[in-house]
Amino acid sequence: MKANTHFAFFDEGSKKEIRRAIMKAVAIPGYQVPFASREMPIARGWGTGGLQLTLSIIGKSDVLKVIDQGADESVNAVSIKKLVHETTNVELTEETSEATIIQSRHRIPEVPLTKDQIIVLQVPTPEPLRGVEEREFVTKRMHSEDDYSGVWLMLFEQIMKYGRTATFADHPVYVNGRYVMAPSPIPRFDNNKMHQSESLILLGAGREKKIYAVPPFTNVESLAFEDYPFTVESFEGHKCHLCGSTDIFLDEIIDQQTGEKSHQCNDTSFCMDQLNRKEKVEVQTSYA
Amino acid sequence: MHEKPILQVRNLRKQFGTGCKDCSELMNRNLEKNFCKSCGTVYACQDISFDLYPGEILGIVGESGSGKSTMMQCLYFDADVTSGEAYISDSILAGQNVFGLSSQQKRSIRNHVYGMVYQNPVHGLKMNFSSVGNIAEKLIAAGNRNVANMEATSKKLLNNVHIPLHRMKEEPRNFSGGMQQRVQIAKALSNNPPILFLDEVTTGLDLSVQANVLDLIKKIQRDLGISMIVVSHDLGVIRMLADRTIVLLNGKVIEEGLTDQVLEDPQHEYTQQLVYSLL
Repeated sequence: MKANTHFAFFDEGSKKEIRRAIMKAVAIPGYQVPFASREMPIARGWGTGGLQLTLSIIGKSDVLKVIDQGADESVNAVSIKKLVHETTNVELTEETSEATIIQSRHRIPEVPLTKDQIIVLQVPTPEPLRGVEEREFVTKRMHSEDDYSGVWLMLFEQIMKYGRTATFADHPVYVNGRYVMAPSPIPRFDNNKMHQSESLILLGAGREKKIYAVPPFTNVESLAFEDYPFTVESFEGHKCHLCGSTDIFLDEIIDQQTGEKSHQCNDTSFCMDQLNRKEKVEVQTSYA
Repeated sequence: MHEKPILQVRNLRKQFGTGCKDCSELMNRNLEKNFCKSCGTVYACQDISFDLYPGEILGIVGESGSGKSTMMQCLYFDADVTSGEAYISDSILAGQNVFGLSSQQKRSIRNHVYGMVYQNPVHGLKMNFSSVGNIAEKLIAAGNRNVANMEATSKKLLNNVHIPLHRMKEEPRNFSGGMQQRVQIAKALSNNPPILFLDEVTTGLDLSVQANVLDLIKKIQRDLGISMIVVSHDLGVIRMLADRTIVLLNGKVIEEGLTDQVLEDPQHEYTQQLVYSLL
């Protein structure tokens, strides 16, 4: 027997509570708003924060795209998509520009987002100070007092140990010059996309029960020392072996048999788009 | 004395508990030591007042439980005072009771004006961060954002406290107690604080290391002219370091004066007992 679920899985009371938390998060950019994280049909730590945000903001006219580390077709992305689709019947897409809501795990799409879109990021550890302070009431106080020497100290330690800041993802950012925020484990490559972003960025941590946000056109500055400026991952000299794109985030792929290395777009829908465009041009030129 | 004190403490009080009719009257408290038997309130510090002058070392002695450490914690804002005032002679802070400031302002004082060396290095250091990182923490807190600059300062300080530089990137948890204590001193000195608090710094160290640390403190005071408050129950330490000494008993100042005077010619019964029980 299959029960008839409510629109978007949640009862209206739950949506109301989560929307209220979102409103507060948007009003205080970068501030982590606690919320009553619901029990979801997927396990905590598998995107429940993002899923709850998506379900509470989605409407019948929305078009949803879900990505997992840049891929539209990985298991987690597909499961989340299916769940939302089954309970809302909204249109699904893989095309970034067509989506109105994009739920993403650890990537911001390569195609620039617009003011009509909302990106929802899944967050495992929302607290940038957790590495230096375990107690929540202390980190809360540190945030309120603008005491971020702990975050700086972590970066300093990395420079001492490795000669550079060694955050491969989740490099802390200053939001609107006030709160230091964990941008979720997006690569440093994506940090700059948050700065003055046209789209609303919502971040949800289901296990840690926190919601926070970067409203459109907000300053987002990656933390960096004067003599060690912030740098993003460099793919100089590499291009996608499928579509030939450069200046995007590439995955390194190693052939198990030959041990040969090649690079490929991490954002699969972007790659597909490039290939389609190429094909179109080829078809047009061959007919002409 | 024509000099102006750098730190003035007036009527510092710290009590644990609400007090009752037996113990709340200031002049006539019915206490056993510092403890009220009817309500269980502990009066850790009762009306402690003193001045600290620029460049001097002020010794605080007293038996355990006499309120020395509580007083230090209050001065360093680790604990809130019940009542009392403290004034720092500083162009910005002049005339303001520092106990009444906001926690941000207190943190700024801790980062710019104060240095603290705890009895237990666990409280003063982050044991799983490198030694150089520990020193940089204080510099970062004070607004420094230049890595090369902070590294150079940390190296200089570690060198001053005789920590071999090839171990500077090691975590203090790998160090011996004496080394940890010296890293703590280096950290406390990193912002050239005009006031340094030392809480039982040599307790638990063996004699040769004790002598090393004491030498270091004396040298720092001579070279940098930092004012210090040294808390110890060890009269030997006080005799060697302190210019003036305050004797605490049950949270009250019972005697104060030049260290030699207090130790050679103690007036109060308890001080006499303390001095003569010196081995």
